[in-house]
Amino acid sequence: MRRTFPLVIAFIMGFVMMIQYFIPHPISQKFYKIMVQQWLIIISIFFYVFAWRSFGLYHINKIKRRKEGWWASVVAFVGVFFMLLAGFGDRIPGFGNFIVKYFNFDDLYNYMFAPLQATMFSLLAFFIASAAFRAFKARTLEATLLLVTATIVMLGRVPLGASLWKGLPEVVEWILMYPNMAAQRGIMIGVGLGMIATSLKIILGIERSYLGGD
Amino acid sequence: MGFWDRFLKIDRRWIFLVVWIAVVIPLIKPLGLPTHITPPVQKLYDFIDDLQGEEKAVLLSFDFDPSTMPELLPMGVAIIRHCFAKKIPIIVYGGLYPQGVGMAKMAIDMAKTDFPDIVYGRDYVFLGYVPGVSLVILSIGESIQGTFGNDYFGNRLDTLPLTMSVDNYEKIGIVVDLSGSSIPAAWINYAYQRYGCRIGCGTTAVSAAQYYPYLQTGQFVGMLGGLKGAAEYEELLERNGIPTGRREATIGMDAQSVVHLLIILLIILGNIGFFYVRRRERRV
Repeated sequence: MRRTFPLVIAFIMGFVMMIQYFIPHPISQKFYKIMVQQWLIIISIFFYVFAWRSFGLYHINKIKRRKEGWWASVVAFVGVFFMLLAGFGDRIPGFGNFIVKYFNFDDLYNYMFAPLQATMFSLLAFFIASAAFRAFKARTLEATLLLVTATIVMLGRVPLGASLWKGLPEVVEWILMYPNMAAQRGIMIGVGLGMIATSLKIILGIERSYLGGD
Repeated sequence: MGFWDRFLKIDRRWIFLVVWIAVVIPLIKPLGLPTHITPPVQKLYDFIDDLQGEEKAVLLSFDFDPSTMPELLPMGVAIIRHCFAKKIPIIVYGGLYPQGVGMAKMAIDMAKTDFPDIVYGRDYVFLGYVPGVSLVILSIGESIQGTFGNDYFGNRLDTLPLTMSVDNYEKIGIVVDLSGSSIPAAWINYAYQRYGCRIGCGTTAVSAAQYYPYLQTGQFVGMLGGLKGAAEYEELLERNGIPTGRREATIGMDAQSVVHLLIILLIILGNIGFFYVRRRERRV
């Protein structure tokens, strides 16, 4: 029953939503509206319940067992606590003004969260430069083609390239618009067909790994 | 051990130092390199510009977090400035991820300083986060009021003039999605394919290549690719006499130019060293 019931729901809802798309009858439209605007959005809120559960379990386990870097889990909990306090604190009777003044949500976001996350991502520039120097070698014909194309695109995508040769941005645009696009489209068609096959397997109950267990 | 052997085994911290210098110097002393406008940016600009007087709004979705802020935030600021200057109604949507709301708020605060006559509720509305990702895109097609209820500040959407008249994709001229992920494709799948709403995209340079098939088919009206796309949009604003404020993207492009040149130089030197050492080893 625990496995059959979800499979039946997936089968019915999968087919109903598919058929509904092709029948623009008022009843079908109303069903769609209720489904999309109420049911599915309410269900998606429960993702957060699972996210909180796995976040809590993972970090509590790490702290309990004193695993390497356990202190970072304590920092994670402290961060979550203060962001929650800042987000909801103004609604706590008697403390609203204090929290807005000293734990302002916008200030925490703008001056702590945003610079920290942006810094983490910007470190990539340093690693890319180092990796390009060490690994980007013209060992084979394919690697040479990739290297030459990447060099042209890198130079053509910055103003310096256009200053060196006016026609370079057009060459880059051509590379992106034709050879690149043809390759991307092939990948996308493959992915699309794969998605259709997987969706059908889920709706028909052939693919059951999403239910968990074996 | 010869020069090339030592050079190929150089401590990577020296490379980090050179990259740091290459970033910092152009930021302190901008080179002022000219910006070349590419067709995808021009098309997006023209499409938004043509909405002036059409009574259709722009929906600008901030589907990114601070990790891609340096590339995508200037795009958001430039598009908001464009709409404010041309009095095109704009719905600024905090996006399908919770972190995007802060980005959208930052962009509005940066853009509105030069437009004192802009009125909240009439010229623009700020929508917050609702969970559901692609479901929210579908739900907007049915009703914005029904999906969000209130704006970011807690005002009911049925009391704001803009959202009273614009309640779904019928009155939205274009959705511009700013994202470094695959979310722009979701806007095409659900908003364009199902509701026929036109879509534009602003994405990181690394993601831009994957969206060219959508440009070729016309599913994307236009696209801003990376910091360069944002710099081009700033340039178009300037050429058309729209206040640009501090041109963050254009200043950043100078630093990017120098770093790209440095990386190309490192690749060339790395390859010279590689072939020299390989030839010597074969001789031995």
